[in-house]
Amino acid sequence: MIFAKLKKIRVYLSLFFFTVTLILFLDIIHILPANITPYLLYFQFVPSSIKFFNQFSLLATGFIVVLILTFLFGRVYCSSICPLGTLQDIISRLALFFNKQKYFSLLNDFKIIKYSILIITIISLFSGSLILLNLLDPFSLSGKIFSNIFRLLLIPVNNLAAITLEQFNIYSVYPIDVKALSWLAIVFSGSVLVIISIMSFTKGRLFCNTICPVGTLLGLTSRLSFYKIKIEETDCSGCGVCETVCKAGCIDNDNKKIDFERCVSCFNCFTVCPSNGIVYKRSSLSFSNKVNKQIDIDKRKFFTRLFFGIVGLSEFLRAQVKVIPKKESTIPVIKKVYPSPPGSVNVDHFYSSCTACHLCVAACPTHVLQPSFLEHGVFNILQPYLDNSAAYCTFECIRCTEVCPTGALLPVTIHKKKTLQIGKTIFVKENCVVETEGTECGACSEHCPTKAVIMIPYKNNIKLPEVRNEYCVGCGACEYACPTKPYKAIYVEGNPVHLVAKEAPEERFEQEVDYKEEFPF
Amino acid sequence: MDRRDFIKKSIQAGIIAGTASSLGKYSNLFASHASLPSNNYDLVAIKGGEPDAMFDKAIESLGGMKSFVKKGQKVVVKPNIGWDVTPERAGNTNPVLVKRIVQHCYEAGAKEVYVFDNTCDDWKRCYSNSGIERAVKDAGGKMVSGDSERYYQQVEVKQGKKLNNTKVHELILDSDVFINVPVLKHHSSTDLTISMKNLMGNVWDRGYWHRNNLHQCIADFTSFKKPDLNIVDAYYVMKKNGPRGVSKGDVVLMKSQIISTDIVAADAAAAKLFGTEPEDISYIKLAAEMKLGQMDLSKLNINRIIL
Repeated sequence: MIFAKLKKIRVYLSLFFFTVTLILFLDIIHILPANITPYLLYFQFVPSSIKFFNQFSLLATGFIVVLILTFLFGRVYCSSICPLGTLQDIISRLALFFNKQKYFSLLNDFKIIKYSILIITIISLFSGSLILLNLLDPFSLSGKIFSNIFRLLLIPVNNLAAITLEQFNIYSVYPIDVKALSWLAIVFSGSVLVIISIMSFTKGRLFCNTICPVGTLLGLTSRLSFYKIKIEETDCSGCGVCETVCKAGCIDNDNKKIDFERCVSCFNCFTVCPSNGIVYKRSSLSFSNKVNKQIDIDKRKFFTRLFFGIVGLSEFLRAQVKVIPKKESTIPVIKKVYPSPPGSVNVDHFYSSCTACHLCVAACPTHVLQPSFLEHGVFNILQPYLDNSAAYCTFECIRCTEVCPTGALLPVTIHKKKTLQIGKTIFVKENCVVETEGTECGACSEHCPTKAVIMIPYKNNIKLPEVRNEYCVGCGACEYACPTKPYKAIYVEGNPVHLVAKEAPEERFEQEVDYKEEFPF
Repeated sequence: MDRRDFIKKSIQAGIIAGTASSLGKYSNLFASHASLPSNNYDLVAIKGGEPDAMFDKAIESLGGMKSFVKKGQKVVVKPNIGWDVTPERAGNTNPVLVKRIVQHCYEAGAKEVYVFDNTCDDWKRCYSNSGIERAVKDAGGKMVSGDSERYYQQVEVKQGKKLNNTKVHELILDSDVFINVPVLKHHSSTDLTISMKNLMGNVWDRGYWHRNNLHQCIADFTSFKKPDLNIVDAYYVMKKNGPRGVSKGDVVLMKSQIISTDIVAADAAAAKLFGTEPEDISYIKLAAEMKLGQMDLSKLNINRIIL
């Protein structure tokens, strides 16, 4: 039977997409070139659609292909491409391993919950807030789990290997220090992993058909699918095996009906059906569901109320997104605006395009990019920020802009990056070693790649930092290097809109060197 | 001894003396065999050649690398690889020189040669863009990360006035021979960075030094473990905007090199070469006061070579 082969194809495809995505996040030694990322994540639905609206390019059309596939065959994205879907399948599989008698059965369709979540998500999107996709998009959730749980578990394994090999004088595997930990990201990602594990361990793809807004959207799309999976009443023997293997719980064997909206196109049913009773069939586009009109009106009322409620809420959210400067303060250091990463153009673009998948966090070579807590505000929670206490942004590195799958970080050339000003430097003389100790320091100026921080003569022949913000790129090297405790004497204040710094003038140092001249000693 | 024996021995002696004196003329050809410890230089200054050629000449006049590296020894070479810049920017030690040094170590019978630095910029980019990683691997040496605190072990600095303990990279502690290969350049806070300042790349927490009188800490740490050999690269020299530099405009081609077992003397000579008086650099003066080496160059036996 031809349909029986579909499952095999689905399994291979899903393992391919899952592995590729996992490797991208677990590449802790950054061995993969960053510029292959857009190709590997081409089909990821939410990143691709956000990218499409941010920056039209052929590489951002993946979601259209997914929609077309859904119109043709149903939710193939959910079973073959979505990494969170495959993660759930792996967990379900483990459940089977532990308890071989365990089978799936028909599930409730939780329509109110899933449509509400979808509507709230869409409305919050129109209000410019990505908070719900940040919390619910399956790709971004997988990213958070891969980056904040799996990657952080891989590092000690790597370090153990490094320490062991070091005993044999082998230094090619090196230990990696975790320079900063975002507890919020770990707790959130861990909780998601636990919840999803429990749901998939017991009820298969319950998450995809109850909570996931992408699942719901593609489900609605699949109602219009050209080909649908159906039970052929004439051939069906009514044995009910299909229902027991349906991880979406959408096969109703008693009534010989399949809720195709919930079907994730895993094709398990094809392989088990002993009588060709289940087939892909061209659908008649008629909606023949007999609907009780009274219920329909109630539903409409419900959705109308929901809609206006959400619009109100979204306006509230929108108001919160705006950057509200905190009060002026010198010591201790309080940043009014944290810089958004390079390529994000301005904070509004960044806040409204980043789904916090944390791929840039995993890809950043210095680990200056960390999941935020409240640095970007409560409604942009978990979106990455530059943690200058852990590291600083490497002058000639554009890796984060190359890997970003949503276009929250737009491409930047290395040449442009060198004058891209994501923030400006503020010097707090009262905190500086030169002022407090009266000794030489200059760590800030040493690290500055553009000499936006220079040392000028000060008391007793020692030198004091001076900031020339026209040359500053906001990389935070000075802030990172500043040795003062607990508050830094120099720090970066983010530019809400990224600017262009002046290029440091190249002045030749004129000195004639006579190689035949005697030494000066 | 009869007459015949006397004549025989005289002839033998004559032959030996004659051969020795004629060999003297060609001593360059037999460098490692002919150089005797009699000239015992404290410091060699050389200029006018390529980094590797200058090193060949300079080390030869100190009796060759075999005077410092014995068969089967573990050697650590510590260049300055602090910055993510290319060799012409002179932010890091010249890779050609580092490669030649690693080769000399192996020729002298070293078992392993390790190279590392606790870089300022991202270490992998520094290792790669400085050209040093490639150079060391080509010469058969091993690049080791300095980017993890796990490599650093707590030590006591007994003579330290401000720096009493610090965490030092295990390679510095475990190796038989420690060769320090700084690059001479301008430095925004200490005016110059040479041999002693380069040792800051051996420790984990540099912030402590910056907080607690940087110059004194540099001198203090020099007392902990002095390198067996200091080779100051002054081929490309960054004259301003140091230590990272902004462009090639900061750099002057000086084609020079200074080698000494005395770290204070090496820094004093390099400072002079740069155009600064050694006593104007606080850490050189402090180190000399702590008797860590000779700052007064007139008291040294210097071999000056101009190619």
